[in-house]
Amino acid sequence: MEEKTILELLREQFPAGLKETSALLGDEVAVIDKEALLQIAAFLKNGPGEFTMLLDLTCVDYPGDESRFEMVYHLFSLTRNRRLRIKARLSEGDLRIASLTSLWKNANWLEREVYDLFGVHFDGHPDLRRLLMYDGFEGHPLRKDYPLRREQPLIPLKE
Amino acid sequence: MTEETKGRPPSGRFITTQFNSLLGWARKFSLFHYPFVTACCGMEYMAAACAHFDIDRFGAGWTRFSPRQSDMLLVVGTITHKEAPVLRTVYEQMTEPKWVVAFGTCTVSGGIYGNYAVVQGIDKIIPVDVYIPGCPPRPETVLDGLLKLQEKIQRQDQDWRWKKKRS
Repeated sequence: MEEKTILELLREQFPAGLKETSALLGDEVAVIDKEALLQIAAFLKNGPGEFTMLLDLTCVDYPGDESRFEMVYHLFSLTRNRRLRIKARLSEGDLRIASLTSLWKNANWLEREVYDLFGVHFDGHPDLRRLLMYDGFEGHPLRKDYPLRREQPLIPLKE
Repeated sequence: MTEETKGRPPSGRFITTQFNSLLGWARKFSLFHYPFVTACCGMEYMAAACAHFDIDRFGAGWTRFSPRQSDMLLVVGTITHKEAPVLRTVYEQMTEPKWVVAFGTCTVSGGIYGNYAVVQGIDKIIPVDVYIPGCPPRPETVLDGLLKLQEKIQRQDQDWRWKKKRS
């Protein structure tokens, strides 16, 4: 009998939290509800999927969409050599999502980067400060509505 | 020495020059450089500095990793707004006389990074003597820039009292 795919397992375990899934050429994607993120991530890490490694965590800005921001998590299973991508949409009025620092240590700086560049707040993050930009920087530069050439110099510029 | 003057004093016994010219000659061949390397241009800086192209042939071989001991600041690579105060401090820590070389397109104009993070040319922060374009510049371009700087040092007024350079 063939092994159940991780997407099928997710569908069984989290019928409410899972919104849609897709798989193409081994590229498995699960779009989830943001409230269910922490449970689903814990299941993926400690469950049969064994996704012990958080490869990357980032955000995409879709200006004009009803739920404007999309969080993207890339997971990797070292034992099974499988990858999985999780996506969760956030609306602009409620830019909060659970932090994954309790599961993966490296989520700490990745989430600080997303907070810095997109302004997403992570609930339960131990130290949510800017990572790349400096203190006093206004706005979040990777949002599509940040002016392309707006500079915020720390020292006065000549000219 | 021509046939007529041969053997007659004072020819051949001394040379005459101007003090400023002598000082310029001495300074242009004893440049101690401080490499402020931040990005990929550093590879080309290393190529230019090491044995193949060898900037030591032009008297600029001594790399000092303290701004206090150097007189040529090589700004090599992209300078971000976060880093700008550091570069300004390093420049101000250098002793007079001092010269600045903008190495690579990013330092000249910001290069391809026309965005929120990058200073659009380091001449907005510190005065620059020679601009070396290229992304990254070939070592030959770097040597050409060095020769241009030496010409400039030879030409400009040399102040032996080490007063602040007019800017």
